[in-house]
Amino acid sequence: MSLEILLFIVFSLISVISAILMITRSNAVISALYLILNFAGLAGLYLLLNAQFIAVTQVIVYAGAIMVLFLFVIMLLKPEHEKKFLEAKPKLKIFAVAIAAIIFLQLIYLLFFSKPSESLSPEMTKSIDSGTIEAIGKQLYTNYLLPFEAAGFLLLAATVGALILAKKKIE
Amino acid sequence: MLNSLQDLYHIIPLLIVSGGILVSIIVEMYSKDSEKILFALSILVFGAAGLFSLYSVNNVSILFNGMLATGGNVNVFSFIFNIGAFIVTLLSADYIRKYGTYYGEYYIILQSSVLGMMLMAGAKDLFIIFIGLELMSISFYVLAGLNRKRYNANEASLKYFLLGAFATGFIVYGIGLIYGTAQTTSIDILTVRFPQLTGNLLFLAGVLLFLVGFTFKIAAFPFHMWVPDVYQGSPTVVAGLFSTGGKAAAFSAILVTLAALFNGNVGSLFTPYLIFVSALSMIYGSIVAISQDDIKRMLAYSSISHAGYLAIGLAAGNSEGTAGIIFYLAAYSFMNLGAFGIVALIEGENETNLSIASYAGLAKRNPALAALLSIFMFSLSGIPPFAGFFGKYYVFFAAIKSGLTWLALIGILSSVISVYFYLRIVVLMYFKDQGEEVIPSKSAMGMVGVVLSAILVVLLGVFPGSIINLISSFL
Repeated sequence: MSLEILLFIVFSLISVISAILMITRSNAVISALYLILNFAGLAGLYLLLNAQFIAVTQVIVYAGAIMVLFLFVIMLLKPEHEKKFLEAKPKLKIFAVAIAAIIFLQLIYLLFFSKPSESLSPEMTKSIDSGTIEAIGKQLYTNYLLPFEAAGFLLLAATVGALILAKKKIE
Repeated sequence: MLNSLQDLYHIIPLLIVSGGILVSIIVEMYSKDSEKILFALSILVFGAAGLFSLYSVNNVSILFNGMLATGGNVNVFSFIFNIGAFIVTLLSADYIRKYGTYYGEYYIILQSSVLGMMLMAGAKDLFIIFIGLELMSISFYVLAGLNRKRYNANEASLKYFLLGAFATGFIVYGIGLIYGTAQTTSIDILTVRFPQLTGNLLFLAGVLLFLVGFTFKIAAFPFHMWVPDVYQGSPTVVAGLFSTGGKAAAFSAILVTLAALFNGNVGSLFTPYLIFVSALSMIYGSIVAISQDDIKRMLAYSSISHAGYLAIGLAAGNSEGTAGIIFYLAAYSFMNLGAFGIVALIEGENETNLSIASYAGLAKRNPALAALLSIFMFSLSGIPPFAGFFGKYYVFFAAIKSGLTWLALIGILSSVISVYFYLRIVVLMYFKDQGEEVIPSKSAMGMVGVVLSAILVVLLGVFPGSIINLISSFL
């Protein structure tokens, strides 16, 4: 068994188990934490597919930024209300199951019954080449140097702004 | 990428402002007295960048692999932004102490917003426009809500943030569709391929979304709801910056991006939309401003109607229109900043004295301030020989030249309506006795800022020809 397959099994187990744990927890905050683990597992799978850029953005954007937002929303909205909400409206559960079933069937179809489009494959190799860290770094520091630096200033301004709005003592 | 020292010389205004931000942050970290130092530093940065932009106006070049333009009207815009921010800084010196936001960070955010504006004006790529826009907008949201103890300021900041983010969403979606159909974000390539792409519905939808987003940013009619509340709630000098620098930057981005639309080589595809925006903004702004008692709300509605006059130049879609818009923006920036500056001086400790009645009898107590405010009001209503008249004259002229005489007529009609609410303040100042004692705050820096804007308004009104020739020579 090669290392790649071993890693694949490890990452897929992490993803699947954390996904199951996520939907079975009763505390929404713990569910959200399992979702982060799930994202990390998926990022590993992307790395095995040689999609380095997507793996990195998966960690930075999803597991980092978006999950922080999720957690804030959950904490602000007080999840106990949500529980009662679902108990009060059992029809919503049927709706949720139906949507999950549709997406599941789509995946089954895509995996076992559909053929990959042939025109797609040359484009796919191209996208894999441009998705490597080297290719992106080269673009960032040559053609896109100015937007890169400007984005730095954007983040700086946002940081300074957040600091004044949140920390500054106001008489 | 930069290839030579010569290129570095061309981006000096950008380097001055961005260097200013970095130095300001370090000063803020280590200095106990950062408010005073950063005030001086901001004056230096804005003054140097503004004057250097004007001095190097002939350094026309395109840098960073076709991402950034310098020289020409980019530098004219850069001059407007920097000198506008220079005046705002002067006005802020004592105002922010009165308002309760006497922090060094205020100046850092001010400089960031100007850097964003300069990037927007110089952009040759949709990426840069977006990043510049965000840099400016995020700085604006922070500036609006800097004093979190003030309820109005919080409301203004949150409203501005939510609606601004919504508008940015439109712009990004528009850019996405443009990129998807044209396979490029380079504005030069877009301009060349514009005639072929106009057959593509998705491309048109992208451009329309882009325009809708920017209609919000220039505060024009269907997307104007936020303007009065935000201007009223934010600190007065900051509202002055929103209405001048923010508007000028959004217009510069529209002009830069849709250059293909505005040099007359593409059919007038978006003219109906621009006419709609322009006509309704002018009339709505002018009519609603009549019934305002709060001077900041009045100036906010006047800012909506001025967005309408400016949009006439867009609808005209010829080079005269573009030149007219740039001249108008310069004139409008300085006269509006002057007006907001005087409002900031009159304003009391806790946002009092903002009603129009507070201006009654000002001429007796403070003839200099009254005379200056009269200049700004005459200029805003478009009475010669001040700058506002020539701004309107050039955009109306462009509209008539491209066959939109009736739109120019609506503009003239709306100017006539606007005379009422601008001159009402002049009448109050000179011919009414004061009801209550209103003492303008003593601020030498503030007075310098107001006088400087008055000088610029008069200069632009006395020598409009040479300035419009300079702008036109780069089109």
